[in-house]
Amino acid sequence: MKLRLTKIAVFLGGLVPLGRLAWKAFHDGLGANPIEVITHSTGDWTLILILTTLSITPLRKFTKQYWLIGVRRMIGLFAFFYGVLHFTTYIWLDKFFDVHEVIKDIGKRPFITVGFTAFVLLIPLAITSTTGWIRRLGGKNWQRLHRLIYITGIAGVIHYIWLVKADLRKPLQYAFVLGVLLLYRVMVWMWEARKKLASATRTPRSAEVTEVSR
Amino acid sequence: MLIKRPSDNPSSDITPKDIYLNRRQFIAGAAVAGAAAVTGLGLREVAEPSLVAEANAKIDGLQKSPFSSTEKQTPYKDVSNYNNFYEFSTDKYEPAGLAKNFKPRPWTVTIDGLVKKKQELDVDAILKMAAPEERIYRHRCVEGWSIVVPWIGFSLSELIKRAEPLGKAKFVEFTTLYDPKQMPGQRVPVLKWPYVEGLRMDEAMHPLALLCFGMYGEILPNQNGAPLRITIPWKYGFKSAKAIVRIRFTEGQPMNSWQLSASNEYGFYSNVNPNVDHPRWSQAKERRLGEFLKRPTLMFNGYDQVAGLYSGMDLKKNF
Repeated sequence: MKLRLTKIAVFLGGLVPLGRLAWKAFHDGLGANPIEVITHSTGDWTLILILTTLSITPLRKFTKQYWLIGVRRMIGLFAFFYGVLHFTTYIWLDKFFDVHEVIKDIGKRPFITVGFTAFVLLIPLAITSTTGWIRRLGGKNWQRLHRLIYITGIAGVIHYIWLVKADLRKPLQYAFVLGVLLLYRVMVWMWEARKKLASATRTPRSAEVTEVSR
Repeated sequence: MLIKRPSDNPSSDITPKDIYLNRRQFIAGAAVAGAAAVTGLGLREVAEPSLVAEANAKIDGLQKSPFSSTEKQTPYKDVSNYNNFYEFSTDKYEPAGLAKNFKPRPWTVTIDGLVKKKQELDVDAILKMAAPEERIYRHRCVEGWSIVVPWIGFSLSELIKRAEPLGKAKFVEFTTLYDPKQMPGQRVPVLKWPYVEGLRMDEAMHPLALLCFGMYGEILPNQNGAPLRITIPWKYGFKSAKAIVRIRFTEGQPMNSWQLSASNEYGFYSNVNPNVDHPRWSQAKERRLGEFLKRPTLMFNGYDQVAGLYSGMDLKKNF
């Protein structure tokens, strides 16, 4: 019941950035360059939501609020949703479906290349986000596939860093948060590797002990 | 002791500078009014300099210019609320608010370097050097958007001629005010402050190069570069330095702030050129603010009359 309510809240919350844009669009509130505002806002929210999904695991561990895993899929799908809006803004409002221009851009402009990579890597994650796909792939494989989100996160932040002219403060804030979240993974991974190693060296000795005791 | 030594005066007794300046203005104003009453001069005429000093004050007697574009002008609201003015903020929507308390008067401009007449000029004296013209120019930002603005000013050459540059002077360098108290963006080192821009002497002397102090029939708002800026319509917007405090004549090519920040992306010339892309984005098209579809960008922003300045130059190299 609590999870159900939380999910409804997350769903409504996920629509707020879009709602705000729509409201402003109809009330002459998007300023002198509305398309730029829409592009930046949808891009910002894609990154924020990717970082949010990445923070669920450490948050669960530290706060012992294990139910949080129940909202991760929805947040991830919202990240994809804003990514689609961001990409659509670029294709439609910026390039006006000039496919030739778009292909040239993706090949020639590093910041678009990495941004496009980040977006494309989100697609399989969105498709396989259902319970059916988790079953079909098997938990291990599914988890392995979904580690692509790390690459999306890194590519997304680089996309932002390479876009700005001189003021790196905002993209570097994203980079910092992403860095902390990835560092957490590296530390967990190292800790587990050490534990495994320790237990692997301990096993024969304990076998010896049992033999002796027998 | 009857007469207090200066150290005895508590600092609270000292009149703040702006108040005593106001008092002076009041006294000066009263004196002018008195003189006007005595001599029978129209008060409006005498009071004009202070009238000009205020933002949004109307500028009368504007001459039309043959250089003006007939294209649809961008609304004033957009031009005064969407500003790349990193001295205030890197967010284009913020300078309008952050520049509200900026003081464009009193203001002096230092003219120095390789000139016969090194001098410090009051900005209001500069404004009176020539008759103000309205020039409706296209303005193209390096970021890929553009506007059409009715600027007010006169050719930069008018000021340069009066400064009498020496034969050795090949370039003109413009420096923007450095005052982090008034310009909060300067507290962050996103660019090397103060902002510096430059032109080759023949570019600066070209009649299109505008020394600008107004727009839309009024004195410039602070966020658009008050009290004095340049407007170079065939170059990307960042070449048009704002809030200028120093104009220096040099033999060597000045190092402009954006070139210093990323020399592979921003050169000295920075002419609008659809055939030379910014390393990170295309310059082939631009979005005119208020329009949905992008339009093709024109060579020299459509100001073909400057092409002669660059004949024989490789503009791909000299971007």
